[in-house]
Amino acid sequence: MKRIIKQEVLAFNGDEAVAYAAKQSDVDVVAAYPVTPQTIIVEKFSEYVANGEVDTEFVCVESEHSAMTACVTASATGARTFTATAAPGLALMHEMLYVASGCRTPVIMAVANRALSAPLNIHCDHSDSMGQRDSGWIQIYAENSQEAYDSVIQAFRTAEHPKILLPEMVCLDGFTLSHTLENVSVLPDNVVKDFVGARQLPQVMGHERRSVPFRLDPENPVSIGPIALPDYYFEFKRQQEEAMKNSLEVIREIHEEYAKTSGRSYGDGLTESYRLEDAETAIVCLGSTAGTVKSVVDGLRTNGVNAGLLRIRTFRPLPVKEIARTLESLKAVAVMDRSMSFGGHGGPVFQEIRHLLYEASEHPHVVNYIYGLGGRDTNPPQIQKIYEDRKRGIQTGKVENPVRYVDLRE
Amino acid sequence: MTNQEKSWKEIPPAGVCWKPSTEYLTGDWKTYKPVRDPAKCTRCTFCVIFCPDGAIHWDAQKEDIEFDYNFCKGCGICANECPTDAIEMTIE
Amino acid sequence: MFTEWKFTAKDIAEKPDLFMSGHRACAGCVPATVMRLVLKAARGPTIVTNATGCMEVVSSIYPYTSWATPWIHTAFENVAANASGIEAALKILKKKGRVKEETVDVIAFAGDGGTYDIGIQALSGAVERGHDFLYVLYDNEAYMNTGIQRSGGTPLGASTTTSPAGTVIPGKLQYKKPIADIMVAHYMPYVATASPYFWRDLITKARRGLEVNGPAFLHAFAPCPRGWRSDPSKSVEISRTAVETCIFPLWEAVNGKYQLSGPSNAIALNPGKKKPVEEYLTVQGRFKHLFTPKFKNILTEIQRITDERWQNLLKKCEMR
Repeated sequence: MKRIIKQEVLAFNGDEAVAYAAKQSDVDVVAAYPVTPQTIIVEKFSEYVANGEVDTEFVCVESEHSAMTACVTASATGARTFTATAAPGLALMHEMLYVASGCRTPVIMAVANRALSAPLNIHCDHSDSMGQRDSGWIQIYAENSQEAYDSVIQAFRTAEHPKILLPEMVCLDGFTLSHTLENVSVLPDNVVKDFVGARQLPQVMGHERRSVPFRLDPENPVSIGPIALPDYYFEFKRQQEEAMKNSLEVIREIHEEYAKTSGRSYGDGLTESYRLEDAETAIVCLGSTAGTVKSVVDGLRTNGVNAGLLRIRTFRPLPVKEIARTLESLKAVAVMDRSMSFGGHGGPVFQEIRHLLYEASEHPHVVNYIYGLGGRDTNPPQIQKIYEDRKRGIQTGKVENPVRYVDLRE
Repeated sequence: MTNQEKSWKEIPPAGVCWKPSTEYLTGDWKTYKPVRDPAKCTRCTFCVIFCPDGAIHWDAQKEDIEFDYNFCKGCGICANECPTDAIEMTIE
Repeated sequence: MFTEWKFTAKDIAEKPDLFMSGHRACAGCVPATVMRLVLKAARGPTIVTNATGCMEVVSSIYPYTSWATPWIHTAFENVAANASGIEAALKILKKKGRVKEETVDVIAFAGDGGTYDIGIQALSGAVERGHDFLYVLYDNEAYMNTGIQRSGGTPLGASTTTSPAGTVIPGKLQYKKPIADIMVAHYMPYVATASPYFWRDLITKARRGLEVNGPAFLHAFAPCPRGWRSDPSKSVEISRTAVETCIFPLWEAVNGKYQLSGPSNAIALNPGKKKPVEEYLTVQGRFKHLFTPKFKNILTEIQRITDERWQNLLKKCEMR
C-alpha cells in the first residue's frame, strides 16, 4: 500500500508557492525581470540564491524579452530553466514565446495573470495569457496557490518529456492568488527532486550525420534556429502541433503520478468537473473564479437547482473531446471569460467552447459572460445571477444576446 | 516548393540542420575565375586568409596553394590583394 | 594579461575553418571574411550565436549549416541575451558536473543592425552583468539583410534605401554612433576595433577578447560591396583605406585605457601618412552623390568630423 507522503503546511501566497516549487525542482538557470504582480517570485528566488539554498544561476536580465531569450538558450545548452512574468512583460516576450516553442526548449514560466495596458492596470484578468494562446506553449490555469505549487513541479516533467519538448506556462491570478496568503502543503525537498528527476535530452540527427544529444555541446555540434524557407517551415509547425497533441496524455500521466505521491489531484489534470453529473446548467471558467463558483453551486444545489461547474485547467492543448463529451448533454452553458477578443464573437474561451461543440449531435445553448476585466471583483450574487439567467434561457428556449458583460456599468 | 523528400515525421525537431554547407557547391555562381601563376606566387597565403568563402587552401603537405573552384564565387579579392599580382581573374 | 599568441600566416591558413564553405553570402562579402578570421582565433571548445542578419541567414538555410561549432540563433535584437543564457548555463552545468570541458568560449556575432539599434539594450545589459563572452560586431554600416536600410552605424552622407540620396536630401544626415566608445564607457574589460585587411591585428584582438575574463567587444569593419555599391574585388582594400584615412582607426581599450594599434599608431606618429577621405569615398557608389556641386559641403563635413574624432581618439590615447 503506497502511503501518501507527509507534507509540511506553510503559509504562502501564490508567488511564494511558485518560487518554492521552483526552488525544490533543481532548476539550473533562472533569468527573470520583475513586473507586478510577479515580483515576489523573483524576490523570493533571489533570497534563496543569496542564502545558498539553491544551486541555480540567477540572471537579472534587463527586460522580459531578454529573460525569455536567456531561458531559451540556457535550455538549449542543456539547463533546466524557469522564469516568471505578467501582462506587459509577457507581451514584451511575445516574439520569444514563439521562438521558445519553435526551438523546442522546455522553459517553464509562471504567469501572474494581469490586465494588459492601455490604460495601465495591475490587477487580474486573463488578457495576457489569452493573448499568447497561439504561441505553442502548454497553458495551465491554477485555481489556488496549492495548485500553482503542484503545477510548477509537474510542468518540469511534462515539458521536458522527450515526446513533448514544449515550453509550459502555469497561470495564477494576479493579486487574487499571487498576493493572498493560503495554507500550502509542500512535499519534502528530496521527494520533489526525485519526482522532477534529471533533465532528459532526446537524440537528434545533426549535420555531422550522427545521432547526438539535443543540446549545444562542443563535442557534438548542432545548429539550432536556422532559417527555414517555404519548403520546410510548415513541417516544423506540424511537429509542434503533434507535440501539443501528445501532451494531453502526458499531462494526465504526470498529474496522476503526482497525485499518488501528494494525495492531491485536479480532475484528471486537464479539466475538473464539479457536480456536473446531473447538471442542467454549467459555468465554464478558468482560474480562481472557479473557487467562488463552486461555493455558489453548493448553495444552488441545496435549493434543488441542478447547477455545476467545468473548470478548464489545461487550456492549451485544449481537451476538445473531453469537454465536448462533458458538456454536450447539458441544457445551458455559461462560459465566463476574463478577457476579450475585440471584434471577435465573444471572448476566447467562449469561442473555443462553442466551437468544439459544433460536431456534437446535440448541444446546449452556450452564452458568454465577460467579467472581471482589470481586476473587477466578481462576487457570489453576480455568479448566482448567471445561473438564473441561464435557467431563464432554458425556459424561454431562446438566446437573444450570446455575449454579455458581468457588472459592467452600461 | 514541395519537392522535398522528407515528411514532418522524418525531419529532426527544432530545425536542427542535418547537412553541412560543404554539400552546397556555390562555385557555379562565378563569372570570373582566379587563375594563379605559380612562378609569381610567393606562397604568402594572404589569398587563403582573405577569401570570404574559404575557397582557397594551403596544403601543408604539398606546401602549395590550392583553389577550390567548387566554392569560389569569383569575387576577385584574392587577385586584388595578391602582393605579387600572381592571380588573374579570367572569364569562366 | 594576455598569452600573446604567436602565429604565422601559414598557421592561420592551415587551421580548418569553423565557418565552413558553401555559405550563401554574396561574392566579395567581407563580413564572411571577418567571421572566418574571428573563428581562426578560437582556442578550444566554442559555442557561437548569431543575431538575425546576413551572416545568420547565409550560414543556416535549412537543412544546411556552415557552422562546425554548436550554434544557435533566436531573434534579431537579443544576441547578447543569447550569449548570457548560454554562459549562465555553462557556468552552472560545469558546477554541477554536467559539462566536462574546462573552458567553453562563447562568441556572439551581430551586424550593425543587431548592435547599434535594436540590439543595444541586450548588449548593454549583458555587459553590465559581466558575462564572460566575446561580442563581435561585423559593421557593414546598414541593415543589409533586409535591403540596405540605414542604421545607427551608417555614416554621414551615405545613401541607403531609407536615407536615399535624393535631389533635396543627400543621404543620411546623422553621424555614425560611436558604438565602441559607448562600450568603453561601460567599464568593460576589453574593447577593440579591427579591420580585416589587417588580419593579424584582427585575429590577435579576437583571441584577446576570448582570453579576457568577462565581456569583450570587438568592432570589426566589414565592407559590403552590394550595399556600398563598390567593386567586390576591392572589398578588403576598402577596409584598408578606411584605416588609412582615419575613418575607422584601429585601437584597443584594456580596462578603459585606450591604445592605438599598429597602422593607426603609425599615422599618429607620422601625420603625413593620413590620407584624405576622398580616397575612401570615391570607390563607393553610396557616396557618389557627394561628388556633385550641390552636396560637396557634405564631403567637407565628413573630413571635418573624421579629423575631429581622430583628434579625440589621440587625446584618449594620450598622444596629444
